[in-house]
Amino acid sequence: MKETLAKLGEKFMLCFVDGGYWKWLVEGFKNSLIITFFAILIGFAFGILLAMIRSSYDKNEETLKLHGGLGYWVLKFLNALSKIYITVIRGVPVVVQLMIWYFVILVSQDNGVIVAIVAFGFNSAAYVAEIFRGGIMSVDEGQFEAGRSLGFGYVRTMINIVIPQAVKTVLPTLLNEVIALLKETSVAGYVGIMDLTKAGDLIRGRTFEAFMPLIAVAIVYLLTVVILTAVFTAVERRLRKNER
Amino acid sequence: MNDNVLIHVEGLKKYYLGGKVKALDGVDCDIRKGEVLVVIGPSGSGKSTFLRSLNLLEIPTGGKIIFDGKDVTDPKANINLHRRKMGMVFQHFNLFPNMTILKNMTIAPVQLLKKSKAEAEKKAMELLSRVGLADRAGSYPSQLSGGQKQRVAIVRALCMEPEVMLFDEPTSALDPEMVGEVLDVMKELAHVGMTMAVVTHEMGFAKEVATRVIFMDGGKILEEGKPSEIFENPQNPRTQDFLSKVIV
Repeated sequence: MKETLAKLGEKFMLCFVDGGYWKWLVEGFKNSLIITFFAILIGFAFGILLAMIRSSYDKNEETLKLHGGLGYWVLKFLNALSKIYITVIRGVPVVVQLMIWYFVILVSQDNGVIVAIVAFGFNSAAYVAEIFRGGIMSVDEGQFEAGRSLGFGYVRTMINIVIPQAVKTVLPTLLNEVIALLKETSVAGYVGIMDLTKAGDLIRGRTFEAFMPLIAVAIVYLLTVVILTAVFTAVERRLRKNER
Repeated sequence: MNDNVLIHVEGLKKYYLGGKVKALDGVDCDIRKGEVLVVIGPSGSGKSTFLRSLNLLEIPTGGKIIFDGKDVTDPKANINLHRRKMGMVFQHFNLFPNMTILKNMTIAPVQLLKKSKAEAEKKAMELLSRVGLADRAGSYPSQLSGGQKQRVAIVRALCMEPEVMLFDEPTSALDPEMVGEVLDVMKELAHVGMTMAVVTHEMGFAKEVATRVIFMDGGKILEEGKPSEIFENPQNPRTQDFLSKVIV
């Protein structure tokens, strides 16, 4: 028993301390977090925009056909564009998208982290869009009518009244998306970015030890997800406090 | 057109399913300043559709609505500006559940009328006191009874200082013991000279407060007149039939 422990301790020192490899893990984790954070910002902003276009079309198709000339065609066009975007993004593996961004579209951009942010952000937007569309459609039509009847325009009703209520409904599903995104960033190593997974892999290559670095990487992801979940749960509870 | 006419409705039509369903089939009606117009009729008669068309929550298939001298149904008209001047009260209150009562009442004046927060809150508190709910300013809608919610919904609309108030079956979703408190607020509003159009099944209210009653069925106005005329001496057989079935 003592021997096994001593051996494990030795391996621990070898993998993380002796060569200063722990710094790789820290660096990798930092990159994973940066990519996730900014990708979420892009994903949410662009995703909500897509959701607004899609749900606006669904809600107003009849009315617009009857009433608005140009507006109807613009919205119809944007809606079709959004649909194509969502279909393409959801149909192509994120690794392939990442490589397309890195080796084709943003080939002149040397900073891999920025490329990854763009790739993961626009990937996530497609999923966030559908999550939010579901949320917007689930808000009672009367809320929308109340906003309009007070004189708010369509967009302002959305922003002031409908979306805040939709957010509350979609929070659990959004957490899913954030967790998925964090873990998806583990493929960033494909284009030479040192993220958390890549860092563990590099240590494995240096030390010929697989167990220690991989378990360490797994634990860090796990803890991050646990913390994220706690944060979302707290936000959810705060939002619900005022209702029913 | 008379100067006193606030809303002039002409040949208003609303068709669904390409004309198979005619919710409104040519409605002509004037709503004058200071008048309390009560619309009655069986369910499916088009009375709610008529009221909701006035502020374009339903887009009419045909006809004209002239409000403040402008054709609201003109696609170029600024609907949002017209709606600010038409307060609307719904059957299901439609208060914003994620905002306090005070916030429910001030969000529109602050954002749309560019009132300062203090100014809007002062006005809101005044109105809340008038309906006896000043102590509930910080509550959320879920903490209020149905009658209280509807009273808040009425004063929320009043915060925008509308020229006319539209009521779409304001007491239909209430428990019987709460109907009175809402009707009282509406009566007070009528007494201070607010122009009102009310769709309701409260015949007592119609008799007491209305200056004019309209009976609708099949998307058309079949009869209109003073409450005494309609209730005591209805001419149209459909009106007679309807009134014989409801408790007046």
